[in-house]
Amino acid sequence: MTTPAGSLSESFTDEVVTHALVRDVALPGGAGTMALITLDNGHDHTKPNTFGPAGLTELAARVRELAARAEAGEIVAVGVTGKPFIFAVGADLTGVPRIDTRDKAREVARLGHEVFSALSDLPVPTFAFVNGAAMGGGVEAALSCTYRTISSGVPALALPETFLGLVPGWGGCWMLPNLVGPERALTVIVDNPLEQNRMLAGPKAFELGIADAMFEPADFLAESIRWAARVLSGEVTVERTQAGDGPGRDEASWEAAVDAARGRVLARTGGKALAPLRALELVSAARTSSREQAYAAEDEALADLLMSDELRAGLYSFDLVQKRAKRPAGAPDKGLARPVTKVGIVGAGLMAAQLALLFVRRLEVPVVMTDVDSQRVEKGLSYVHAEIDKLVAKGRVSDDAATRMRGLLTGDVDKAGFADAEFVLEAVFEEMSVKKEVFAQVEAVVSPECILATNTSSLSITQMAADLAHPERVVGFHFFNPVAVMPLLEIIRGGATDDATLATAFEVGKKLRKTRILVNDSPSFVVNRLLGRFMSDVGRIVDAGTPIEVADAAFSGITPMPPFHLAGLVGPAIALHNNETLAAAFPDRFTVSENARRVVAAGKRGYYTPGPDGTPVLDPEVLDLFEAPEKPVELSAEQVREQVLEGLAQEARIMLDEGVVAAPMDLDLAMITGAGFPFFNGGLTPLLDRSGIAERATGGRFLPRGAASVPEGPTT
Amino acid sequence: MNRPRREVVFVDGVRTPFGKAGEMGMYAQTRADDLVVACIRELVRRNPSLPVEEVGDVAIAATTQTGDQGLTIGRLASLLAGLPNTVPGYAIDRMCAGALTAVTTTAGAISFGAMDVAIAGGVEHMGRHPMGEGIDPNPRIIAEKIVDPSALVMGSTAENLHDRYPSLTKERSDRFAVASQQKVAAAYEAGDIQPDLVPVATRHAELGYGLATADEPPRPGATMEGLADLRTPFRPHGKVTAGNSAGLNDGATACLLASEEAAARLGLPAKMRLVAFSFAGVEPEVMGYGPVPAAEKALAQAGLSIDDIGLFELNEAFAVQVLAFLEHFGIPDDSPKVNPYGGAIAVGHPLAASGVRLMTQLARQFEQQPEVRYGMTAMCIGIGMGAAVIWENPHHADYRSDIGADGTSTQTDAPSENEEVTR
Repeated sequence: MTTPAGSLSESFTDEVVTHALVRDVALPGGAGTMALITLDNGHDHTKPNTFGPAGLTELAARVRELAARAEAGEIVAVGVTGKPFIFAVGADLTGVPRIDTRDKAREVARLGHEVFSALSDLPVPTFAFVNGAAMGGGVEAALSCTYRTISSGVPALALPETFLGLVPGWGGCWMLPNLVGPERALTVIVDNPLEQNRMLAGPKAFELGIADAMFEPADFLAESIRWAARVLSGEVTVERTQAGDGPGRDEASWEAAVDAARGRVLARTGGKALAPLRALELVSAARTSSREQAYAAEDEALADLLMSDELRAGLYSFDLVQKRAKRPAGAPDKGLARPVTKVGIVGAGLMAAQLALLFVRRLEVPVVMTDVDSQRVEKGLSYVHAEIDKLVAKGRVSDDAATRMRGLLTGDVDKAGFADAEFVLEAVFEEMSVKKEVFAQVEAVVSPECILATNTSSLSITQMAADLAHPERVVGFHFFNPVAVMPLLEIIRGGATDDATLATAFEVGKKLRKTRILVNDSPSFVVNRLLGRFMSDVGRIVDAGTPIEVADAAFSGITPMPPFHLAGLVGPAIALHNNETLAAAFPDRFTVSENARRVVAAGKRGYYTPGPDGTPVLDPEVLDLFEAPEKPVELSAEQVREQVLEGLAQEARIMLDEGVVAAPMDLDLAMITGAGFPFFNGGLTPLLDRSGIAERATGGRFLPRGAASVPEGPTT
Repeated sequence: MNRPRREVVFVDGVRTPFGKAGEMGMYAQTRADDLVVACIRELVRRNPSLPVEEVGDVAIAATTQTGDQGLTIGRLASLLAGLPNTVPGYAIDRMCAGALTAVTTTAGAISFGAMDVAIAGGVEHMGRHPMGEGIDPNPRIIAEKIVDPSALVMGSTAENLHDRYPSLTKERSDRFAVASQQKVAAAYEAGDIQPDLVPVATRHAELGYGLATADEPPRPGATMEGLADLRTPFRPHGKVTAGNSAGLNDGATACLLASEEAAARLGLPAKMRLVAFSFAGVEPEVMGYGPVPAAEKALAQAGLSIDDIGLFELNEAFAVQVLAFLEHFGIPDDSPKVNPYGGAIAVGHPLAASGVRLMTQLARQFEQQPEVRYGMTAMCIGIGMGAAVIWENPHHADYRSDIGADGTSTQTDAPSENEEVTR
């Protein structure tokens, strides 16, 4: 096995090796000696333990030595635990982009199986003491032991593989359903990953039956070892009431659980995500397959998925939201940022009130909200107060924190309260003249350095600042609705915006816990421009004769919802406004749908309406508003998809050429965090690259081969 | 107002195994506060009938109250142990008698009626906090000869004690030390030590996690010959060696105290009843003599004589200092009444932690020797002090609980004004 693992090491050149440190411990009560393995990569908890080829090989060597010692009667048990706060968070994926053959991919799977099987096959009982975060291969290492304890302080236990585009392929798809039954296993293997990669806290994992005993973190390991001693002495008998051999083990019940999960997966992914479906197959087979059969199937599944562009794009996406999101490209030195100790918000409408809530909650500074009359101000304030009450009811903020938040928020019709604010954000009607007037009024009150931020979704920042005495203090600060949920914040640099203003905006955005992307002033910025192009092309195609249902069926697995559902969610009027702005700016590429105009003119709030059984159906009144073209051109869903993606490729290329953002990665990060585009497409550009659309429509790829896709095989 | 004294009982005591201080010691990378937390949690676990919110105070001693022994360690350790935040806590320092003072101070508060139940203990991680860390002696100490300069070096005070009592030879010290090692080994063999040890997970960055389940310092193979040639670090050709002294150690202890009434009400055992305690000062340069006047004061308070004491748990900071006590009271060096499980020379002396170890061991000996009515825990204290605590054995035939059949104190009814309290 040295050769294949050795060749893997070439891919994992940067592996931070998780060492397997072994010490003997005397089991309390004279129960004998336990060899205790500590998984520790030598870093603190900010760099968690992961399993790469070198780490797995080291663990295998230690397990072999322990097998010999167990045979010799020197040890009566083997324990496995992690370093402080971390058990192990799974496979080291840093080398995956360099895996260029299926054999190497398969070797990743095989090596893990080999090592964890050896752990399972030790001739003495094995105990996993899950002291901290455990994910993926870390959970599988624990599952490979005879018994498990878990700390009630574990913040996160998960099998997140399907979230990234993999399956739990080091035994997880076989061991977990056989331990806790298929239903609970599938919650962990497919449902939680699809639920924004939800993690289980220690008590929940214990409740699911993933661990046999739970202890508090203060003396978790010592108590776990005492418990192990009592298990070994027979004083404690482990009973697994939820075990997969209960009722539910019969084929019908097992398959019913798998089918139910499949239904949930298809509903969420439209069948476009391969990994969860593959996991379902493995869990289905786990009922009857032997370990050898199951692990061979996992090897093949992992090899297929590791060599899939979906997985590579998933890893690329993960890297974007984990790393690029934390270090926004092009952001100025944060040392230039000025302190913000008071915030003004112009407007008290729904968006403004959401922003006020966010600022008092995250920035914890006084926030003054203004509007044209006291009734609107009152309405805005009571919205925020009601939201604070909801947060208290959900236990998200304490009573004291709520009191503090309420105290920080004031409202007024007069902007005089902005005088000592360092940051004023306007969220008024989306109309250039209104916004310019508002900024002029604010400028009359505030200091010359006070930042004037605008939450405009499409208007020019440069133009908005043009007539001010200090245009350098104006910056775009574009949130997405609902503000509390959507992570993205587009920070827009206008023509005059200076670095101090920009740096302050980035720091404020960070404190608001948003994913910040630097955008150069341009119509509709990033997400609304790309979605605008998308809606413009879809509208044009539908106006030309393709039925709405066909257009809506064309984008499953690409957009989080079909285009006309999206238009309904955003609001036809707002979508139209964005469309008009873009059509005015780029008349060569953007058109305004006449049908959309009619829908807005008719005051419709959406295209769909709840049908008799509650599922949405196209609103007949909307259909009546649609005018059929003289010579209808009816495209297939496939053609719609192709044409619209070509348009997106063209628009993305133009945006990069114009310097709207620094790199394709920023477009993708924006579409993932601002529009909910899926990980397995890498947001947008990896999808355009791998489908060949990028080359066809724009003459080249956005990203080099291998960056978010499988690299070309070895040239030899 | 004439209020009766409330009786105080020692309910239970535990300790961590003691480690050798320093990089090679088993607690080298384990925090001091975590050692205390392990003890408090074990006490709570062992006494499930105790409602933790009824703990009136948590007093934890440490000599060096900084770093992981700082931040008002009694309070922080209590929170870290998971006691409710309504339970207060504080830190105590009386050098080697820290934990002992934590016991007498909280016992005083219980007796006064300020609380019903207390946790008292101590910790010293001498690896992380070497003796004398960060001290800043006032220059007047030397200028005005307030304290002999040698008084600040404990080993030198032990040498001074040999000077003062020439009959206390190095040979006697070494013999006492060898016996201490042998008694500890025998006590381990008999299982007298282990039941009151709480295992502690010991993390080491390079070695991984381990589990401390037994004391690290004992040298069961120690012999007179082996001890004879050891270096005398405090004086050329002196008498005090690493062999006849306690080492530098890491460890923690904690115990549960309660009023006799509360113990009965909560179903907590009374392993010992507090009879009297006393502290006394002596010349700092012979601090090891401190237990002698302390014991005499305590005996006088209790109306007892030294012959009434059937068991002694004397801290063995230095063999010579124990011998000085024994010689004063006419007790043979090898008396079976003294340190039957051995002492600090073998198991170690993590300064402020040791006092409760003495009590925990005495409590177990009381159970094993019901014929003994009274026992004493005593120790010497740096800068010239001594402490002595006298305890009564509830297993003794003549023991009378102060609690009537109805669970109330028999004294609360009508103590006559001039009734002399004797016990």
